[in-house]
This record gives sequence, C-alpha cells and structure tokens, in this order.
Amino acid sequence: MAEPLSTSHGYPGRLLVFEGLDGSGKSTQASLLGKWLQAQGYRVFFTEWNSSDLVSSVIRRGKKKGLLTPTTFSLLHATDFADRFERRILPPLRAGYLVVCDRYAYTAFVRDAARGCDPNWVRTIYSFAPQPDRVFYFRVPVEVTLKRKIASRLKINYYEAGMDLGLSEDLYESYERFQTRLQKEYDRLAETDRLTIVDSTRPVEAIQKELRANLKPLIENFPTGARLMHDG
Amino acid sequence: MMDRTYGTRLPGMPTEPLTGKLVVIEGADGSGRSTEVALLKTWLEVEGHAVVDTGLRRSDLVSAEIDGAKQGHTLGATTMALLYSVDFADQLENKIVPALSAGSTVLADRYIYTLMARAIVRGASREWARELYGFAWRPDLVIFLDARPEILLHRSIAKYGSLDYWESGMDLCLSRDLFESFFLYQDLLSREFEWMTDKYGFHRVDANRVPEEVHSDVQRLVAPLYGAAAPRRPPKPSPPSRSGSRVSRARRRAASA
Repeated sequence: MAEPLSTSHGYPGRLLVFEGLDGSGKSTQASLLGKWLQAQGYRVFFTEWNSSDLVSSVIRRGKKKGLLTPTTFSLLHATDFADRFERRILPPLRAGYLVVCDRYAYTAFVRDAARGCDPNWVRTIYSFAPQPDRVFYFRVPVEVTLKRKIASRLKINYYEAGMDLGLSEDLYESYERFQTRLQKEYDRLAETDRLTIVDSTRPVEAIQKELRANLKPLIENFPTGARLMHDG
Repeated sequence: MMDRTYGTRLPGMPTEPLTGKLVVIEGADGSGRSTEVALLKTWLEVEGHAVVDTGLRRSDLVSAEIDGAKQGHTLGATTMALLYSVDFADQLENKIVPALSAGSTVLADRYIYTLMARAIVRGASREWARELYGFAWRPDLVIFLDARPEILLHRSIAKYGSLDYWESGMDLCLSRDLFESFFLYQDLLSREFEWMTDKYGFHRVDANRVPEEVHSDVQRLVAPLYGAAAPRRPPKPSPPSRSGSRVSRARRRAASA
C-alpha cells in the first residue's frame, strides 16, 4: 500500500500548512504570518479548505438536502482538495513560491476518521498530496473554541457539530462531542505525521512570534518575488 | 464469508449477504453494451426477476458538474477521477445497495472498471485506482464485451457520424489526429482491461458479432446465477495471432482505417 504523505515534494517552493479545530485561531495566525512574509518581499499564495469553485456548490447542495453519506462526503472533499491542489498549490510550489494552506489533507484524515471511514482508504486517496515542509497544529481545548464561537456570534453549522452522526439531539452537545473526537484524531496525527503542536491558548502575539522563529531557518536564502522575476 | 466490497468497509452499509444479484456489463463505446443491457433486462424480466438498471454519471449529486467540466476541459486528472468516484459512490449507496437488499437484480451498464481504466491511462497508478474503488460492491458477474478497435470505429461513426472527443482520448494529447488518437487511446484502455480480466474475474464475450449471438453467450453466463443449468457453450474459435508491438499495431490500424 502507498505510504501517504511520506514523500517530500522536492520542488523549489515551500509548503506551509495550518491545521486545527474551527476556532483554534489558525486562520488569524496564517494571515499574520502571510503579512510578515510579504513584507520581506516573498510572494505568498494562500489557499483554504473548500475553496474550489468546482464542488463547493455540490457540497452546499448535498448538505442542504442531507444527501451526503460519510463516503460521498469524504470523496467530495477529496475532489475539492484535488482541484485546489492541481490548480492552486502545485503550480506555485513548482515555480518556487511560498504556499500557505489553511487546512490540508490532515483535515480530511481527522474528519473522515471521526465519521467512520476506513483511515487507510482515506490516506490512499490523498496520497497524491506531498508532505508539507511544516504543519502547525493549533491545539486548544474544545470548550475554548466553543466560547470563541459564541463570543463572535458565529453560528454552528450542522456538519461542524457532526449532527449527521446522531451523537446528540442538542446542537451544542453534539458539537462538543464531535469536536472532541476530531481533537483525538489530531492528537494521534501529531505523533504519526510529526505535526508541530502550537499551544493556541496563549496570546496571539506570543504564538506569532513562535511561528516566525520556527520558520526563519526554512526561508533563509529563499528567493524573493522580485529576484524570481528579474535578472541581477 | 467473502467480503461484500473490494476491501474497504463502507460506514452505514449492510454487512449481511444481500439477496439480489449484481451483474455488470463492461466494454468500450461501440461494443454493444447498451443493446445488450436492454436485451438482458427484457429477458430477466420475462424470467420473473425484478431488474434495476444503472450506469455511470447518473447520480443527481454531481452529474451537472461532470458535464460542466467536460465542456470546459479544465479539470486535472486526479480531480476528474475523484469527481467520477463521487458519482459512483452516490449511486452505490443510494441505488445499487438498496436494490440488492430488496432482492432485485442490478444491471450495471459499466462499473468501476471503466472508471479505473480511464483514470489510469490519465496518469493514476493502478494501486491508487484499486484502493480508491475498494469500497465498491463485488459483482456476482462481470461480462466484458470485447470488440476490435476497427469494429468500434465503424460503430462509432455509424452512431455519431464521427468520433467522440472523449472516447478518442483527445484530452490525453496522444495525437492531434482524431483517428490516430482514437486507436492509441482504445489500445491504452484495452491494456488496462486486460490486466483487470484476471484480477477481477471478467468473463470475456466476443462482441465483434451481431447482437443476437452476443446475447446468447451472455444468457449462458447469466443463467447459472439463478440456479438454471448453463447451456453448453459452442466451441470457441481459436484467438487471432498477435504480432508487433501494441503501439505499432495501433498506428497501423490508424493508417489503414
């Protein structure tokens, strides 16, 4: 069987991945990191989970009608990711740029496992995706993510709460149970896939400082956008 | 008990044996699949079996997206392969398995094998394709309608007045010439079907002949599934000798067509 994500990409670019539960603060950190990289003259490409036009409408439609099973849910996200990978991740990576991914194949590994899909099957499907240069896993207790959601008045959606699994009739209770499951899967991956764990209960500034320090050696001698476009 | 799928457990699907039969008809475009599926369906119904027919690209979930992608020709190979797998999974879970549970015969006009072959000739590894479709239900019988590329060519022209862009594999850029591309593409596909023949236990039926003859061979293969004694097969003609490399043969065909 193919050993998924065990191979590094070997392209001149760098692939940086931000993973964690919703409300773990990863998107805020990714955005701040991007600003810092761009300020140094690097060209940065951002991509997000569920961002390909191709299947986002299908996912919305399927979710609305409740047509999706764990298997079709998993395959649809894989299709979406493949489109994003082939179109938005691979070309800049090959051309030698920095690519920052807000969620990568690991999101599928944890969600699909929590929905009962065969983990080896899911890994094989994603084996076209190479191992990133860094994967930051933003770890924060589930209660904290829930508090952040409530504080920012964000609605909890059906699938985020794992309501399709019938864990509980109550949205909040289902959310807590499902997110706890996801966290367990993330913790497992942190070991098997050597994710860099970031304690995300700390202040934003402290975390950002740590990330920048961590990435410094990786981008040393890395060409800026201007150097790639002009001789001399 | 034999695994009901090709290895991957499907969450939420039955684990007990299902009473229905899954019969798959595979073959290239022009091999006479649709004709045979129609004949077989009628025959089975006359025999008293409930039949549900299915095929590729029939799920409501993503068929519009597949059509759109084919118009635009903009999807990458992996994305396209996965998009087809969504369509297949949706039909498997919402149509095929429920029909088998209800005791019906499901007659599939193509199955995962075509999808795998298409993905592989576009660059996917055989291993990846096999694992991807590991969740597919094992058919009770797979019949492969085997027709020569020259025959497929003439049937395709009779049907469409020309050659189909996708059935000629033009997206693979094997050749700018539609005719040459058609033969090269069919040759690549048949190589994959050859490999799958043993792996998945295909029953090959010579589909170069008229529909009635093909149908009587198919009936002989299908009858034992229902406990009927299989009628004796007529003696097999010896296979034509093969010479030359595949690509050169395909090019010769293109040149002589």
